Amino acid sequence: MSLDTTLDTNTEDLIAEARRQVEICNACRYCEGFCSVFPAMTRQKAFADGDITQLANLCHNCRGCYYSCQYTPPHEFALNLPAALAEVRQDSWERLVRPRRLARLFHTHGVALALGLVVGFALMFLAVSTMPPEDGEGFYAYLSHVAMVAIFLPAFVLPLVVAGVAVRDYWREIGAPRPAWRDFTVAMDRGARLKNLSGGQGQGCNFEREDRYTDARRWAHQAVMYGFLLCFASTSVATLMHYLLGMEAPYGPLALPKLLGVPGGILLTGGALWLAALKLRADPDLGAKRVWGGEMAFVLLLAFVAASGLALYWAGGTAALGTLLALHLGSVLVLFLLMPFTKMIHPMIRMAALVAEASQARRKAEGIGREPLAQT
Amino acid sequence: MAEHQTIPPGDWDIVVIGGGNAALCAAITAAETGAKVLILEGAPETYRGGNSRHTRNFRCMHQGPLSVLTDTYGEDEYFDDLLLVTAGKTDEHLARMAIRTSEECLPWMEAHGVRFQPSLSGTLSLSRTNAFFLGGGKALVNAYYQCAEDLGITVIYRAQVRHIGMDDDGQATHVEVSVADGPVQEVRGRAFVLASGGFQSDIDWLTRAWGPAAANFLIRGTPYNRGVVLRDMLDQGCESVGDPTQCHAVAIDGRAPKYDGGIVTRLDCVPFSVVLNRDGQRFYDEGQDVWPKRYAIWGRLVAAQPDQVGYAIIDSKSIDLFMPSVFPPNKADTVEELAELMGLDPKVVAGTIAEFNAACRPGTFHPTELDGLATDGIEPPKTNWARPIDTPPFYGYQLRPGVTFTYLGLKVSDKARVQTADGPLKNVWAAGEIMAGSILGQGYLAGFGMTIGTVFGRIAGQEAAAHVA
Repeated sequence: MSLDTTLDTNTEDLIAEARRQVEICNACRYCEGFCSVFPAMTRQKAFADGDITQLANLCHNCRGCYYSCQYTPPHEFALNLPAALAEVRQDSWERLVRPRRLARLFHTHGVALALGLVVGFALMFLAVSTMPPEDGEGFYAYLSHVAMVAIFLPAFVLPLVVAGVAVRDYWREIGAPRPAWRDFTVAMDRGARLKNLSGGQGQGCNFEREDRYTDARRWAHQAVMYGFLLCFASTSVATLMHYLLGMEAPYGPLALPKLLGVPGGILLTGGALWLAALKLRADPDLGAKRVWGGEMAFVLLLAFVAASGLALYWAGGTAALGTLLALHLGSVLVLFLLMPFTKMIHPMIRMAALVAEASQARRKAEGIGREPLAQT
Repeated sequence: MAEHQTIPPGDWDIVVIGGGNAALCAAITAAETGAKVLILEGAPETYRGGNSRHTRNFRCMHQGPLSVLTDTYGEDEYFDDLLLVTAGKTDEHLARMAIRTSEECLPWMEAHGVRFQPSLSGTLSLSRTNAFFLGGGKALVNAYYQCAEDLGITVIYRAQVRHIGMDDDGQATHVEVSVADGPVQEVRGRAFVLASGGFQSDIDWLTRAWGPAAANFLIRGTPYNRGVVLRDMLDQGCESVGDPTQCHAVAIDGRAPKYDGGIVTRLDCVPFSVVLNRDGQRFYDEGQDVWPKRYAIWGRLVAAQPDQVGYAIIDSKSIDLFMPSVFPPNKADTVEELAELMGLDPKVVAGTIAEFNAACRPGTFHPTELDGLATDGIEPPKTNWARPIDTPPFYGYQLRPGVTFTYLGLKVSDKARVQTADGPLKNVWAAGEIMAGSILGQGYLAGFGMTIGTVFGRIAGQEAAAHVA
């Protein structure tokens, strides 16, 4: 395993604790049917640091294993696998993204994210007040299209590059083999249906109702994910219409950007608020407790981005439009800029983990690589 | 929460003593008829469920595919499997009744929240006979407690029942119970279901039954099965079944916790090992048969050795041939160093291994079937999988007897009614390990304990409910 040697002691401790727990799980295997983590575990007997990082990023924190486990505290084995893997996973996101200091700051501290948001607002108010366009309709009466592109293109592309480097480093760390095309389709399918949060049989997870299963978190997460994708599609379509067709905003209610954006915004707002409400009810001891505040702030930021975007549709033509535009664009700016340094990084690394898992599972099925273990 | 729990005042229709699978099946079945049911569970909430929390599957008869079960598993085949492990020590009438009823139990279990999963990796041999619980036995126990809560059943944790009070007509009237080490109180009821397990975690009782060696045994399951209710009923003249001196013991990792180590402490390395005792000597044919057919006898074999301990030694050729162990093995580059690490005499161990290696013959090794690769000219022989221990690194595991359950139990009728010399008690039923000795007089059949618990738990619940209706 080609793990770099710069792991600090904290990382080593987290991985060592997760490894201790995983080795106990691997001798039990009762939880095999819940998710991909346990079948992945059974493919080996010894776990390198990169193997633990991969298991941690496969884990979706459904908590089914915790509530089913006969070895949770006060048992002396003291298993809390969801928390142990959450700590390793969280640490990997902060470690693989450079600069690490920024990642650690925004993942951990909700206040930092809130302050970032204030700065984002200020920047956009500044832009609106200092760069008023000479002419323009709707939004463009406040900030020209050129100015928007000049601000948001780099704010979008630079974080993507940072995230891309993190994903590459992740792939190296886990020592995954070269994936085949169908590994991507398997991973996409798992992600699209959030299979790993389904409890294995569609009964859902144990996130907010302890040992009772519920599908709420899966629905809420999918509302956020598909809402976000719809909003993203809306912006992309609008950009294409602007440049290719010369059709400039504002668009009518039946134009494609709005048909995508309105439901997207509603899903994203509702889903994010739902996730926040679920988080309030869930036991923080079964996750990475240290980042509770940062995660909550991030979910609320998502809700704000979406809700302010929706508000813009209704504020069109009113005096509030300028203010709302600055608030919305400020929040979008912060969301984009901080993408690698917040939970927004998790879709990329999670997809990498799912692709790696699909690839390793396929190789086992094809008889490549490690020998299967025989249980007598 | 359990700390300050008090028992609501009043009379109960049915008092269920115990909080594992059998108790819950009885309580749920009775409560569904409208009876007012109280569960007195001896363990605190985190450890509720008795040995059921360590189980993993349910052995089930079925005509054709059923839920996760493949193919067919008929009554006669099931009964033959039972005869094989018990060497005939069973009650055919009760056993066949349990086997036949198991088929209708599985859909009942699913309807009450139990989820099944395909047989676990490496246990394909059980995919036809045993339905595995998703998440294991604790998930099953959780599902039943949720069901009990939804039905309005009152559950009291840390409730240690000391005595079942009877009147002169053989009617049970009340139980004496202490909650959370509080004062003993009387709880009155109209019917009683005893599902409080065997006595395997009462080491003193085990020592009296087995001899002083039992002090070195590890208990694989709950520390709460101390047999208090079983003893009380036997003292009150109830009839017993099962050998009072025997327990089911398997060889497990010697570093396991004294109690509650459960499934992970098993070791599957013996067929590929040389097993030595404290004095560095071999004492039994390690390769007599495949491990699923031999693991149960190794508990007794190790129990019969000095200090009740064994040492399995393998080399790097075999380390990946069995399920991972919960604790890493001792590891060394020479046999002498390994012996030293394990606290054995290096010279004696090296001598025993050298003698064993010299007795190995060439041949084809096949880890998953009887390969006939046997030693020549040593006593005891190793009759399969005998390969020289010669490729470093060398690995060692300490083995100790791990007690799963005890056989002594209450004799019951096919209606789960507790028996005395003068006939059955009028309003006392028993289910689960406390009566399993009626059917399982010796040995063990994987997943059959859950079958007995579910079948008799439901019958006890039905009968008790009919009694109070």
